[in-house]
Amino acid sequence: MIRLEPRAAPSKLMAMLSPLIAILLTLIAGALLFALLGQDPVEALRVYFLSPFDDAYMRAEVLVKAIPLALMGAGLAVCFRANVWNIGAAGQFTLGAIGAGAAALFIPAESPFAMLAVPLIAGALCGMAWAAIPAALRTRLSVNEILVSLMLTYVAALLLDWLVRGPWRNPRGFGFPQTNAFPEWAHVPLLVEGTRLHVGAFLAVAAAAGLWLMMSRTLRGLRLRVTGAAPRAARFAGFSAAGDVWFVLLLSGGLAGLAGALEATSIVGRLQPEIGAQAGFTAIIVAFLGRLNPLGALLGALVLAVSAIGGENAQILLRLPKNVAGVFQGMLLFFLLACDSLIAYRPRLVARRRA
Amino acid sequence: MTADPSPPSFSSAVSARRPLFEARGIVKRYGSFTANDHVDLTILPGERHALLGENGAGKSTFVKMIYGALQPTEGEFFWEGEPLRLSGPAEARRLGIGMAFQHFSVFEGLSALENVALALPPEPLAALDRRVREVSGDYGLPVDPSKPVHALSVGERQRVELLRCLLQNPRLLILDEPTSVLTPQEAETLFRALEKLSAEGCAILYISHRLEEVRALCSRATILRRGKVTAEVDPRATTARALAEAMVGAEILDVKRPSGDQPRGEEILQVERLSLPADGPFGVALKEISFSLRGGEILGVAGVAGEGQNEFMDALTGERRAPEAGMIRIAGVPAGRLDPTGRRRLGAAFAPEERNGHGAVGDAPLSEALFLTRRHEAGAMGAGGWLSRFWAAGETRRIRERFDVRAAGDDPPARSLSGGNLQKFLMGREIVRAPKLLIAAQPGWGVDAGAAAAIQSALRALADQGAAVLVVSQDLDEIFALADRIAVISRGRLSEAYPAVGMTPERVGLLMGAGHSSPEAAA
Repeated sequence: MIRLEPRAAPSKLMAMLSPLIAILLTLIAGALLFALLGQDPVEALRVYFLSPFDDAYMRAEVLVKAIPLALMGAGLAVCFRANVWNIGAAGQFTLGAIGAGAAALFIPAESPFAMLAVPLIAGALCGMAWAAIPAALRTRLSVNEILVSLMLTYVAALLLDWLVRGPWRNPRGFGFPQTNAFPEWAHVPLLVEGTRLHVGAFLAVAAAAGLWLMMSRTLRGLRLRVTGAAPRAARFAGFSAAGDVWFVLLLSGGLAGLAGALEATSIVGRLQPEIGAQAGFTAIIVAFLGRLNPLGALLGALVLAVSAIGGENAQILLRLPKNVAGVFQGMLLFFLLACDSLIAYRPRLVARRRA
Repeated sequence: MTADPSPPSFSSAVSARRPLFEARGIVKRYGSFTANDHVDLTILPGERHALLGENGAGKSTFVKMIYGALQPTEGEFFWEGEPLRLSGPAEARRLGIGMAFQHFSVFEGLSALENVALALPPEPLAALDRRVREVSGDYGLPVDPSKPVHALSVGERQRVELLRCLLQNPRLLILDEPTSVLTPQEAETLFRALEKLSAEGCAILYISHRLEEVRALCSRATILRRGKVTAEVDPRATTARALAEAMVGAEILDVKRPSGDQPRGEEILQVERLSLPADGPFGVALKEISFSLRGGEILGVAGVAGEGQNEFMDALTGERRAPEAGMIRIAGVPAGRLDPTGRRRLGAAFAPEERNGHGAVGDAPLSEALFLTRRHEAGAMGAGGWLSRFWAAGETRRIRERFDVRAAGDDPPARSLSGGNLQKFLMGREIVRAPKLLIAAQPGWGVDAGAAAAIQSALRALADQGAAVLVVSQDLDEIFALADRIAVISRGRLSEAYPAVGMTPERVGLLMGAGHSSPEAAA
């Protein structure tokens, strides 16, 4: 039997290096996986992790993929720091897309509200509203926020599905489950012509930097950190735990909603059942890879975006199944958590005792 | 698994009065701290033997070694005359050493029967059910084995724990503070069962700090104080006073204390009929606590662990609110419904027993700990909730200089400080505010002698400047060194506060052990 014993003084250096070690281990395990799939591991890894940098368009695509991951990852980093486990960013993302879609589809072009900020704000508010459900249940009835936020993801996906197949379906869409294309005013401007890179990139950087400042320099950040690290010290300091739960869930939900709204108004341009909400789960890995630091989440988002684009390239060039990208992400999170555990705990073999 | 290789035939041919168990010169050290210092103890077959001592005297450490959960640093154990080396609790159980834990380890969601089954070698549940009902009937320990444990009272849960031990046919049963959570009636039931058990030849090692119980139940008592055996007596032939003296020690009488007749200021803290329900099955309810505290005086609240000190502290700091605002008044203002920050604004300051994780966050730098209790002060925060690093750095430096807090670097994480230095910093954090009221739990706990003396003199100085000081401590030496008046907390009730001048450790010890008889009656 292996027992994990807490280490007296976990190494600070190792804690910093843990994401790099995890990435390295993922590469090794990935090479093994490719070899087992009958691929040349070196070539496969090249396609996976280097081909996304091959040309300007690819590089822009990496950034495009990183935008929602960074927005959500930064919000989740704050949330997890406070020991509140919002696992439902995907659902809040979906609601954000729905909110943005409602604004884009139903505000007439001549209205003074026909400006891009409106669908984005609507999306953020819808994401917050969706996250308010686990917040209310947790603070009022002590219901576990992990289950509620996770299950609401499926509710959100079904809601979107119903809308685009039912009331909001484009009557001239040849029966495809999708809405009308959004009007021109509800499109996010591009940063670089000829790519899909849009101004959402600035929002992602601003959100990460702003949250980092909040966490390190303000009372709000301090109380979130104290609540997460030592709930008893937070009570002693007079911080209300319920207030913190509300704050971090609304914050991370709002950012996920904003990410969904950006995705709908930039990449997709309409509502359809598949709008990339899966990124809400990937963002959990992003937050951990970034050491639960909002700025770190920015880097984590880039790493995950590279592997996502690489996964697409591998599908095309190597005819590898799409799920390999998911396997990579899973391995990365697994190795990351394993590294963190082994940095904090020392495994010890002990003789199994008969009862 | 280093089982004793000697064949069992040797141990079977022994006289009846040969010791069942013997400990010789047992020493247990943790670093420089000696928890057990050459402890000798002998248990005869069928004997009911008490291990008495204050909290922290080393009782639990000692029994954990008997049960194989800890290994002694020095010394030897003997089982029926043969040297005994235990590799772990499982081996202890095989030999017939059973232990019923203070906070018994039962699974809430499972039935009583399933909980018992988990501790035993596999056997059909139906057969076990029969055995449980049999043993429970034999010993007068009524329990319905099919009931889920969460539906059982605390007393019933303990019976489950006891039945679990009894089904293993123990020859030595260790009970660690078994009555600490029982009603007097439940305790009575337990005593009857223990008497029957020992009449059948099972020896019992009974760990307690309750003198009356020990006198009622046990024929021999070994008394520990600070890890050493101070006496081995027949408790029935010894007065409660002598037992208390051996437990808490008499030398502390000589500690110099202030005369207690200095002028006292106005009332700063008034607590009136404060009651608070227990917080969970192992919590203690506070019952009608009333006292008042004036500026310039130090009130010491003595008591052994788990008599309601944590609940008392939580109620005073505001971590748990009182049912009515008027139950707690700070500087005359009803404060019972205020949160800790609101109470701090009235001039109160608090120093909890646990420093890492309660008074401060272990991984966070010292300067950040200041914002936990002092963010309402001028200069601590800018508009919009920005923390002033300048203020925090300056205050950190000031506290470290004034209280001689030694640590590496300008702003190290709290966890990296030694116990004494962290406590000096956290006490300093509150004292430099010049509070009107300071409430400290176990200020000298886990602190080296030098730091403890520095903290005591800082508390005294604060009181001399006119502040009211309340010290909750299990350490009687600390109480006697500091307090002008002494009260004792026991089962969630606070005794009257007596002037320290007339108090002796024996009288405090009696108040602790015997509940609420008046000390005059005991003297």
